[in-house]
Amino acid sequence: MVTVVERPVEIDAIAAARNALDSVVDPELPVLTIADLGILRDVRLGDDGTVEVIMTPTYLGCPAIGIIAIEIEVALERAQIKKYRVIVQNSPAWTTDWLSEGAREKLRACGIAPPAKTSSSKRALFAVDAALCPICRSDRTERVSEFGSTACKALYRCLSCREPFDCFKCI
Amino acid sequence: MPIDPQVHFGYLLRLADSNLVLGHRLSEWIGRAPVIEEELALANIALDLIGQARALYAHAARIGGGGRDADALAFLRDQIDYRNLLIVENKNRDFAHTIARQFLYSAFAELYWDALTASRDTELAGIAVKAVKECAYHVRHSAEWLIRLGDGTQESNNRAQKAVDELWMYTGEMFESDQIERAVLDAGIGVIAIDLKPAWNETVEPVLMRATLQRPKDGWMMSGGRSGRHTEHLGHMLAEMQFLQRAYPGQQW
Repeated sequence: MVTVVERPVEIDAIAAARNALDSVVDPELPVLTIADLGILRDVRLGDDGTVEVIMTPTYLGCPAIGIIAIEIEVALERAQIKKYRVIVQNSPAWTTDWLSEGAREKLRACGIAPPAKTSSSKRALFAVDAALCPICRSDRTERVSEFGSTACKALYRCLSCREPFDCFKCI
Repeated sequence: MPIDPQVHFGYLLRLADSNLVLGHRLSEWIGRAPVIEEELALANIALDLIGQARALYAHAARIGGGGRDADALAFLRDQIDYRNLLIVENKNRDFAHTIARQFLYSAFAELYWDALTASRDTELAGIAVKAVKECAYHVRHSAEWLIRLGDGTQESNNRAQKAVDELWMYTGEMFESDQIERAVLDAGIGVIAIDLKPAWNETVEPVLMRATLQRPKDGWMMSGGRSGRHTEHLGHMLAEMQFLQRAYPGQQW
């Protein structure tokens, strides 16, 4: 005889959705999940029982927004969530401060210099000139171009180990 | 003070239109830029501007789009319905012209977005917080180039000066005021652009000086973009930009 413990369906749906979303990564930075990046803002239950996933793009023009939204939907489908809605929300605006400490380490490990610590003041925006080389940790680096392979990165070069590298912009 | 949704919609549309049109102009450089890094930079700036426009169109559509979405607003409106500033629709000429246009506009846009971060329209304020940081990069990048060109060779100096001279008559429109602007100001949503003029001068003048370029005198200024009176350039641009949606309505990637 099996005893079925009834749990509210809603709580299960949210937990299952959160669990499923742990596998969704940024297509341009596949070492980071959307939770690591801080672009997954909330998973909640809407008024009509729909699971609502709130995401905030790193850049307004980030071309990955559409793909990430689709990947979220695929993950929710796999988790057999029946009713869901992905909401792109621009306010409050995403900042590099929302990157988790683990995310910064993961970025470094794959050769991308993490952004300077705070973007709350406009002065700090451009303080990344002292980007540390993610390979040899030297501070003898120079900016090659303000604009790199994706909208959120700038291109740098290490003057010690000569390795070119991407630096996550402080925004 | 509550605001008429159509006025609010119209205000968002003019911000969106300027960004989309300039973003499209920059994207026309892809495959033609002088060096690969600059090609990436122009494409990146274009992406930022189009992204800002997309967020604004989506927001505008929710407020007063009458069932139209962001794509419909971008691809299915005619030239006379576009509300962008005339400076951004100017067709691409040489690289100096593109850089000067970017600098004069971005110096304005950065100040404008900064002021909009205090908007009572929280979605607009959120977009502004993002956009002002993106714009800071655009200003710095275009200023660095303008200085390099102006203070470069005789040829690059001539071209940069010619570009600034030709574009100057389009800068007055950025600071014009009208009924829509006053209505959004009263509602705590918008900004009075003329208040930004001193700060704009403080950004622009030192860069022109370092670039050894003459600041043109404020003479007669072109105007009309905000009432749908455009130069001949916009229609040609829209014809190309909107072609696919016009020829194959509803097509999707």
